[in-house]
Amino acid sequence: MGESYKIVVIGAGPGGLSAAARAAESNVSHVLLESSPKIANTIQSYQKGKHVMAEPGILPLRSPIEFEAGTREAILEAWHKGILDQSVNIQYSAEVSAITGEKGDFSITLSNGETIQGEHIILGIGMQGNPRQLGVPGENAPFVQYQLDDPDEYKDETIVVVGAGDAAIENAVALAKHNKVYIVNRRDEFARAKEGNLNLILANIDSGDVECFYGTNPSAVEMTEDGETPGIFKLSTPTGEADVPVHRIIARLGAIPPRGLVESFGIEFPNDDPNSIPALSSQYESNIPGIYIIGALGGYPLIKQAMNQGYEVVEYIEERDVRPADHDLIAAKVSKVNPALDVDDILHEMQERIPVFSDVNALQFRELMLESDVHMPKKGEVIFAKNDYTNSFYTIFSGDVDIEINESLTVASGQGNFFGEMSLLSGRRRSATVVAGDDCIVIETPRRTMNKLRASVEAVQRVLDKTFIVRTIQQKFAPNTPLVALEPVAEKTQINQYAPNEVIFSQGDEGDSLHFIRSGSVTVSIDVDGHEVVMSYVPANQSVGEMALLGNTVRSATVRAAVKTETLSIDGESFNTLMDSVDGLRESMQKMADERSRQNVSTQESTEDGDDLLGFLIGQGLGEATDVLLIDENLCVACDFCEQACAATHNGTSRLNRKAGPTYASIHIPTSCRHCEDPSCMKDCPPDAIQRGGVGGEVYIGDNCIGCGNCQQNCPYGVIQMAYRTEASDNFWRWLLFGWGEKPGSKAAAKSDGDTIKRAVKCDMCIDQNGGPACVRACPTGAAARVSPEDFVNLMS
Amino acid sequence: MAMHTSFLTHAKGRYLWIAVLVAILSSLAFIFDEPTEPPNGGTPLGYTLGTIGAIMILWLAYLGRRKRNFVKGWGTTVGWVSAHVYLGCALLVIATLHTGFQFGWNIHTLAYVLMVCVILSGIFGVVAYRTYPGARNELKKTKSLDDIFLQVEEVDAQLLRMASDAPEDIRNILNSAIERTVVGGGFLDQVRARDNSVVELNGRVESNKQQQRALDYLLGRARELQGDQLKLLHDIIRIFNTRKRLLSIIRDDIRMHAVTSVWLLFHIPITFALIASLIAHVFAVFVYW
Repeated sequence: MGESYKIVVIGAGPGGLSAAARAAESNVSHVLLESSPKIANTIQSYQKGKHVMAEPGILPLRSPIEFEAGTREAILEAWHKGILDQSVNIQYSAEVSAITGEKGDFSITLSNGETIQGEHIILGIGMQGNPRQLGVPGENAPFVQYQLDDPDEYKDETIVVVGAGDAAIENAVALAKHNKVYIVNRRDEFARAKEGNLNLILANIDSGDVECFYGTNPSAVEMTEDGETPGIFKLSTPTGEADVPVHRIIARLGAIPPRGLVESFGIEFPNDDPNSIPALSSQYESNIPGIYIIGALGGYPLIKQAMNQGYEVVEYIEERDVRPADHDLIAAKVSKVNPALDVDDILHEMQERIPVFSDVNALQFRELMLESDVHMPKKGEVIFAKNDYTNSFYTIFSGDVDIEINESLTVASGQGNFFGEMSLLSGRRRSATVVAGDDCIVIETPRRTMNKLRASVEAVQRVLDKTFIVRTIQQKFAPNTPLVALEPVAEKTQINQYAPNEVIFSQGDEGDSLHFIRSGSVTVSIDVDGHEVVMSYVPANQSVGEMALLGNTVRSATVRAAVKTETLSIDGESFNTLMDSVDGLRESMQKMADERSRQNVSTQESTEDGDDLLGFLIGQGLGEATDVLLIDENLCVACDFCEQACAATHNGTSRLNRKAGPTYASIHIPTSCRHCEDPSCMKDCPPDAIQRGGVGGEVYIGDNCIGCGNCQQNCPYGVIQMAYRTEASDNFWRWLLFGWGEKPGSKAAAKSDGDTIKRAVKCDMCIDQNGGPACVRACPTGAAARVSPEDFVNLMS
Repeated sequence: MAMHTSFLTHAKGRYLWIAVLVAILSSLAFIFDEPTEPPNGGTPLGYTLGTIGAIMILWLAYLGRRKRNFVKGWGTTVGWVSAHVYLGCALLVIATLHTGFQFGWNIHTLAYVLMVCVILSGIFGVVAYRTYPGARNELKKTKSLDDIFLQVEEVDAQLLRMASDAPEDIRNILNSAIERTVVGGGFLDQVRARDNSVVELNGRVESNKQQQRALDYLLGRARELQGDQLKLLHDIIRIFNTRKRLLSIIRDDIRMHAVTSVWLLFHIPITFALIASLIAHVFAVFVYW
C-alpha cells in the first residue's frame, strides 16, 4: 500500500499545476503526478522564445500561480517558481497506468508498479497524449529523445531521426546543418508529409545532407561501454540488418491520444467522434464520482481556463462555495433577460424552456452560454437575411419569430424552438429570412460551439438532424406543404457520410433514391472510352439523382464525393407518394432533371477531346472551395501586381503566391485561400479567431489570434502563413521621382508596427476594402479572377 | 461566359467603341471644318483638338500612378488598361488632326514624334502582352520556370553520377559543360536569348552554344567506345540531350519574359520626354506665337 493523499492531481499542465498549487496553498494533502520529467509538456514542446498569449483577455485569472502573456521561457519560469513557492508536492516521471476504486478510496497505479491512494482525483492530462515510443529494447536509453527544442544545440553528432511525418522531416533537415543525420522511414516514401516538407527532405536526401533508410524498422538500441558514440542503433533494412553508431536518436512518431487511457479509468465518452468530450457536472466531475476533469481534455483548450478550473475544483472538493471565474461574464450576458433572477436560475430556466438544450449538462450549457449572445430584437427586426453567410444557431427563449422561406411562405416559430440549423449543418448561406416577432428573446450560439455540442451530446445531434431533414424537404421540394405531411418521407430519409472520392452511386446502378447534398460537394462523371470524365460539379444545398425518382431507374452517371460529404438520401417510393399529393412537384422535379441533362450534354461537347479541366480542378481540392483565385496563363504577364496589391492592402505581407501552385491547360491555381466550405483551418483555433462571415462568406482571422499556428498546420493547401504585423508605407512619388524608399507594394516597404509575435495571416477576400479583392482589381490584363466552383463549368467554354 | 476577360475585350470592348467614336467624330469635325487659314493647331478646332490631346496625354500617363493605387482607386486596373490602350490609339488620330499635317524641325513636331514613339511602343506592348504569356505557357508545358530549373539541377546531378563510371575525358567534359553553362546574363543577352555557355576541351575554352560542342564530342566518342562503356555513353547522350532541350526552353522563356518588360523601358522614359516637350510646346505656343 502506497502513500495516501486527499487530492491526486494527474498531469502537470496549466490546470494540474494550478490545482496542486491551490491544494498546497490551502494545506490539503496532495500529490501532482507528471508522466514526463518536466512540467507543462505542451508548452515545453513550443519552439524557443515562442510568445504565448493569455486569451481570453476578459477572463480574470484565479490561481496561486502566475500567468500572463509572454515568452515560453518566462511562463515556464513563473510556473516553476510558483510550484516552489507553494511547496507543491510533485512527482516527475510518474506515469499513471491504472485507476481503481471509488470516491474517497482510489488506488492509482503507476507504470513503475508503485501505487498511490487518493480520495479525489483531478485529471488534467490534456489532449496531446504521450509521444509514441520506439517500441524496441533500449527505447529508454538516455540518448533517445522524443522532442527537439533547439536544433542548433547539437553539433558534429551522428543523429538518427525516426519517423516520416512533418516533425521528423523538419528536425532532420534542421539538424543536418551541423550534424551527420540519418532518417528512418518505415515506408518507401514520405506519404504523410506536407508537400513543402516532402520537397525539402527529398532535396536533402538527394544532396546527401540527410541519409535515408527507406522501408526500415528499428530493432534495438544498445548502449556502448567505451565506444566513440554512446550507443548503437540496430535497424532492420530491406537488405538486412544495419548497425548505426549514434550520439542521439530522435523519435518523432506522433502521439497516442489519451482517450484510451481515460476510458480505461472508467470514464465514458458520449460517442466515437474523436472530438467528443466526456460528460461533466457543473463542478467538472466526471461520470465516476471523485474524478474531476479539467483543461483541454474536458473541452477547455486555453491555458487560463484550465488554470481557473484547477483552482475551482480544489475549492469544490474542499466544499468551499466558489463561483466560477466566468460568473460575471455570463451574468453580463443573461441578466438582461430578467434582472431579478440569479444567473444560475436564468440558465436553468433556459434549459427548461428550450428542449434542444435539455439533455445538455449544466457545465456544458454554461460554457455554451459563455460563448453565446442573448438578443432582444424589436418586432420586425431582421435577425438574419436569406443568403447571409452567417452560420450561428438560434434558439427562442421567449416570444416568436417569422421565418420567411420564400415570397409566398412564411412560417411562425415560437418559444423553445430553434432556427438557423440549415446553415449550421451545411456551412452554406442562410436559406430563409428570420424576422423578430413580439417580445422576442433569442440566444445566438456560434457554429463552433454548436459543433462541439453536437459531437458530445447525441440528443442534440438527433434533434437537429430530424428537423434539418423535414425542413429541407419542405424548402427544396414542397415549399407549400405543411411539415406534418412531410413526416412520412422524412422518416424514410437517411443521412449518409462519404469520404473524399467515395462513390455515392455508379453509372448503371439501379437508382431508388435522390441524394440531397447537405454538406460538401460531389462530381458527376460519365464513362468516356473507359475513363471517367467529370461532367459537372454539384455543391451543397442541391441534389443529384432526381431522375431515379421520375421512374428512370438506371443511373446515367457516377456521382462521387469531391470532399468529405454528407447527403440525405430521400427514398423514391415515399417521395413518389408525395409527388402524387403535391401539385406541381413532379413537374418541377422533371424540370430540374432536364436542366441537369442539358448541362451534361454541353459539358460533354467540350470534354470530348480529352480535356478534363474540371477533373483537374476538383483533383486540386477545389470541390470544397467557395471562392478561388484562378489565373489565366494566356493573359498573365507575371507582373506580380496581384501580390503587390495584396501586400499593400494587408500590412505588407502578400497572402498569395502567384508562381506557386499547379497549372492545367492555361488555368493556374496560385497558392491562395479558397475559402473552403467547411474550412479545415477553423477546426482547432483556441481563441476562435478564425471566422467566416460577411456577404462573401470569406474566412478571415481576427485580431485575437494567439499565433499558435494550428490553422497553418491544418490547412491542406498551405495558404496560411505566420507573419509579423507590419504597416505598408506608401511613397509612390518619392520612389518614382527620386528613387527614395521602396517600390510600393514590395515586401521591404513594410515596416513593423512593434508587434513581436508572428500571427497567422491569410486571404480575407479584402473584407474591408471597397470594390472587392485587391489581387483581382490590380491585375492589369484581366488574368486574375476569383471564381466560385459553381462556375467551373464555364471555364471550359 | 468565360471567367477571364482580357484587357482588349474588357467590358465587351466598351473602350474600343468609345475610341472609335472619338476618332470618327474628330475626323468628321476636321473634314467639315472650314477655318479661315489652312488647318493647323491654331484654328479653333486645332485648339480644341490640342487641348483634348494634351489632357489625354496626361490622363494616359496617369495610369502609371493609378495601377499602383492598390488600396483605393476608382474602377479596376484592367478597365483602366483597356481604356488606356484604346484611347491611346485614338490619341494618334486626334493629335495628327491637331497638327493639321504641318510638320517641321521644331519643338512642336518633336512633341508629336515623341508621342508617336510612345504610342508605337505601347502597341508593341499590347502585342507582347497578348501573345507571349500564352506562348510561354505552351513552351513550358504548364510547368513553372522554377520547376524547369529544378529539372535541370536533377539532370545535372544524374549526369555527374553517371559520369563517375565513364572514362576520364567524358567525365571532364560533362563537368566542364555543366559548370560553365550560362543562362540569362545581361539584359541584351536575355532579350536575344544569347547563349554564352562555354566548355573546356583539351585545355582550350570553346563556345558551347546550345551545348552543341559538348554533344558533338560525346557523339564522336560514341564511335570509339564499346560494350558497357558505349551503353553508358548512350545513356549519357540521351540525358545530355534532355538537358540541352530544357536549357533552350529556359532561354526562350527568359527571352519572352525580357521582351514583355523591355518595351516599358522605352514607353515610360519617352512618356516623360513627351510630357516635357509638351510643356515646352504649349509654353512656346502661348508665349511666342
